[in-house]
Amino acid sequence: MLRGVPLKGNYDAGGEQMSRISGLTGDEAVALAAKQCDIDVLAAYPITPQTIIVERFGEFVANGEVDTEFVCVESEHSALSACIGASLTGARVFTATSSQGLALMHEVLFMASGMRCPIVMAVVNRALSSPINIHGDHSDMMASRDCGWIQIYAENPQEAYDLTIQAFKISEDPEVQLPSSVNLDGFIISHSMERVEILEDAAVRSFLGKRKAALIIDTGRPMTFGALALPDYYSEFKRQQEEAARRSIAKVAQVGEEFGTLTGRRYQPVQAYMMEDAEAAIACMGSVAGTARAVVNSMRSRGHKVGAVKIQLYRPFPREQLRELLSPVKAIAVFTRAVSFGAPNSALSSDIKSTFYDAPSRPTVIDFVGGLGGRDVTLTDIEQMLIKALESAKRVHVEAAASFVGVRE
Amino acid sequence: MTYGKGWKDLPIAGVITESGTSVQYKTGDWRSFRPVVDASKCTSCFICWIYCPEPAILRKEKGVEIDYNYCKGCGICSVECPSKAITMQEESR
Repeated sequence: MLRGVPLKGNYDAGGEQMSRISGLTGDEAVALAAKQCDIDVLAAYPITPQTIIVERFGEFVANGEVDTEFVCVESEHSALSACIGASLTGARVFTATSSQGLALMHEVLFMASGMRCPIVMAVVNRALSSPINIHGDHSDMMASRDCGWIQIYAENPQEAYDLTIQAFKISEDPEVQLPSSVNLDGFIISHSMERVEILEDAAVRSFLGKRKAALIIDTGRPMTFGALALPDYYSEFKRQQEEAARRSIAKVAQVGEEFGTLTGRRYQPVQAYMMEDAEAAIACMGSVAGTARAVVNSMRSRGHKVGAVKIQLYRPFPREQLRELLSPVKAIAVFTRAVSFGAPNSALSSDIKSTFYDAPSRPTVIDFVGGLGGRDVTLTDIEQMLIKALESAKRVHVEAAASFVGVRE
Repeated sequence: MTYGKGWKDLPIAGVITESGTSVQYKTGDWRSFRPVVDASKCTSCFICWIYCPEPAILRKEKGVEIDYNYCKGCGICSVECPSKAITMQEESR
């Protein structure tokens, strides 16, 4: 499968490690990353809305390329439950799901984070029914945003590959011990083939090392996991979890830097593009960030001082980093691929607004929702959002609720 | 776990790091009816001992004894006893 041209690091940035180039879809890139991470257990529901991630991993198992225990279960609820059990034995555990599958996992998501299982899950972000769709938007993960998982969004297959590897290192860190979801936009990333630089297996393994779990299921030393904690103790365990979530922001940044040293591809919770002298900016997540940079290039060539900010880490929310990056701009267009029905703002926009509420100076935040159910977000859409932000930058103007982009009246 | 510990001192995720700690949790005070054994009717068949879900029925050389520290008063023993040796009596404190 790994046909490709060997090359030393990334030509642009220069990493320490040998890598190869291959054409891979986002799904294939994630499956390969999971294989190279030497996972012990993968439990997954194999049918729709499942993606090619576990199908490809099933081939690795069938071909004897991995010694992973692949548990095929009857639902996503069972898939994540099996992952928790496996993770509690100290195993490195991976799973993948999408849209309705993530929704069916909902209650188990909280158990995985509450029991502090460093499971890594690829979430191919797709629309939720009804109407039945199958295409990309962020409705699924946004509906589970308070589940206590670290939530990382990839922009393309390369990032999906890189971030899957990083997610294990972040999650398994003794200071963190929280599950991670690596999010990739349905079809746009998951099913589109792109150039991906692949590390050698040995490089990935030495980057991650073996998982070292402190408290595990051990018949020689019986313990109780997932016990009852009533009003006299429950709050203390939630406080522990929140502390771990806060600490993980620095860990995400640190692992992103370490990965950069290895490969030449550096990662940060928030990534800025042309923000130095920007008057207005667009903030977004996932594949649309690439389109946003193209629009910024085009508008800059026409003299508009605009920039783009890609939020890679959505939970925990990188408040400090965003405040630093976005404080100098006068207006921010926030683009979200999910509707928060009846809410004052879209989820991402609410997070950004509250980031600035107690800041000495606050940029105007304009809230846009679009790209729903796989609808294209075009260059024109993004240019219009940025133009609106530029107009708002010139006067005091606060938009109330989110306005829809690319929707027929 | 010692009651009153703060979040920094408690084991992660509420893991109970010792085994056999459920005996410290006396569930008998949930009971509104208590099973009482009439030793003269008991035939030592031990069906109540088999059925007790807790288990709060202690098997003796002859007959049974009820461990009221853990008996929740479900009444299964009373229903299952073939010689009607166990009656449920209302708790009063």
